Amino acid sequence: MQKKWLFGLLAILAVLLGFAYINRDQSKQGESITAVGSTALQPLVEAAGEEFSKENAGVFVNVQGGGSGTGLSQIEAGAISIGNSDLFASEQAGINANKLTDHRVAVIGVTPIINKQAGIDALTTEQLKKIFTGKVTNWRQVGGENQTIVIVNRTQGSGTRNTFEKWGLNRAQSIASQEQDSSGTARQIVATTPGAISYVSFSYADSSIITPTINGVKPTNANVKTNRWQIWSYEHMYTQKQATKTTTKFINFVLSDRVQTKLIPQLGYIPISEMQITRLE
Amino acid sequence: MDKIRASILTPSRSSKLERRGKWLSLLCLGSICIVVIAIFGFITYRGLATFTTDHVSLSKFLTGTDWNPSVSKSGAPLVGALPMIAGSFLITILATALAIPFAIGTALMMTDVTPKTGTRILQPVLELLVGIPSVVYGFVGLTVVVPAMRNIFGGSGFGILSGTFVLFVMVLPTITSMTVDALTSVPKSFRYASLALGATRWQTIYKVVLRSATPGILTAIVFGMARAFGEALAVQMVVGNATLMPYSLVAPASTLTSVLTTGIGNTVMGTAQNDALWSLALILLIMSLTFNLAIHLIANRGSLKR
Repeated sequence: MQKKWLFGLLAILAVLLGFAYINRDQSKQGESITAVGSTALQPLVEAAGEEFSKENAGVFVNVQGGGSGTGLSQIEAGAISIGNSDLFASEQAGINANKLTDHRVAVIGVTPIINKQAGIDALTTEQLKKIFTGKVTNWRQVGGENQTIVIVNRTQGSGTRNTFEKWGLNRAQSIASQEQDSSGTARQIVATTPGAISYVSFSYADSSIITPTINGVKPTNANVKTNRWQIWSYEHMYTQKQATKTTTKFINFVLSDRVQTKLIPQLGYIPISEMQITRLE
Repeated sequence: MDKIRASILTPSRSSKLERRGKWLSLLCLGSICIVVIAIFGFITYRGLATFTTDHVSLSKFLTGTDWNPSVSKSGAPLVGALPMIAGSFLITILATALAIPFAIGTALMMTDVTPKTGTRILQPVLELLVGIPSVVYGFVGLTVVVPAMRNIFGGSGFGILSGTFVLFVMVLPTITSMTVDALTSVPKSFRYASLALGATRWQTIYKVVLRSATPGILTAIVFGMARAFGEALAVQMVVGNATLMPYSLVAPASTLTSVLTTGIGNTVMGTAQNDALWSLALILLIMSLTFNLAIHLIANRGSLKR
């Protein structure tokens, strides 16, 4: 009796696998693009990939997260078609940037976020640096309420943290503190914890927290375009030097007017073409 | 005549089947052994790179309190793993210590006090608790335990204490169900003999049942500790992930597993940052081996006594 069951189950499995094999999508063979890396860039690549698949029947864009470091190491090893990154490849330890081609597809701004009860809506770079290096520990010392400062960092190696430390803290390293590995969690903690401060990309800023002005400049896309707001970074899509035709086509699609002028602003990024300055590093 | 002779001398159908079965099970065993050895070899190889290629001294790794693998100081990256090691042990010990009285109490309820209702209600509840995925525990911890800690103790609410409460619920069913097994394996005759001598139920439980089940209960506790030590996701969600020495139970801290899960995606294979994470994985592996060894030792001791 038991044997019969087992054989029946195996037979059903074999039949199902057979169907799967017969119905497999032959059109997609060799026509799929795998993009892995930065979670900040992921929504854009996903949306662009969907549109791209609609126009190019049979081409499938597979987008995965994993972090900028993963994206860069996988593309260097040639395991994937595109490595998404918030960092320049040369900034990541252990990556040989000469093997890769950089495609800057968008710009994203990063802003400090503060809990509403701290009573702060303006800071200077110097103050920000003192807060994150532990020299100022109470909001009263920078003109706020009498509340202890709670620093919430992103994980070491996160692209957002890298951008914030480089441009917001003038390359100073933040002291060891609580670390969260997603922007959403960081925002939620800042919104609910008195005295908390963290940083997120513009697309995560909402009315539950305060986004202070830095040196009198408001964190807006318009200010990023003129570089008056200096905490921003490029979103890179790295490919190998010899990319396949399909991959090149997809990169060109992301850089096309359609994605740049419609999709990118819709999702909270800034199109490369609207930037009035270029950064080399 | 020859036919009979042949049928006796050549292997029969069933003996062939048996031999084939033996080979098949040997093959399964062999492949699993290879997988285990490969995992051990790989983690050891990568974990030792911190000490061989990055020139970190073992004592600095185990006693240092600065964890910043991307920064180098005097030729070696800053990888002091003590905050994580301390955090892992602290959470494990606290959660298990908190769970032990509840586990033993529940188990006694199920075996000696009210066996009928105990097994009818508590058994399914325990099985249910085992089946809940750890991310759900972590989510509940993040939305219920952390805000509660924040309201009571101030600060951000993330820390060792929140991790302890989440892990307590997670190891409780493991310890309880194994303690139940240990208690039921105590022969009924022990209990009858004790009661016949005029001992009360409490005296019987305390002086006879618990005493003779001690090795089994200890095994249950070590199993619970092993589970707590290796749990990653739920702890990572509530502990705060600050690589600081845990100077307070309600300040953000980190564990070996939480640093591993948050950090591995942002490093590149072969760099000092990545090697340091593998070294943490090696510590985890060694610890789980130690827990296994402890379980075997306790089991051996217990069987010798009988």
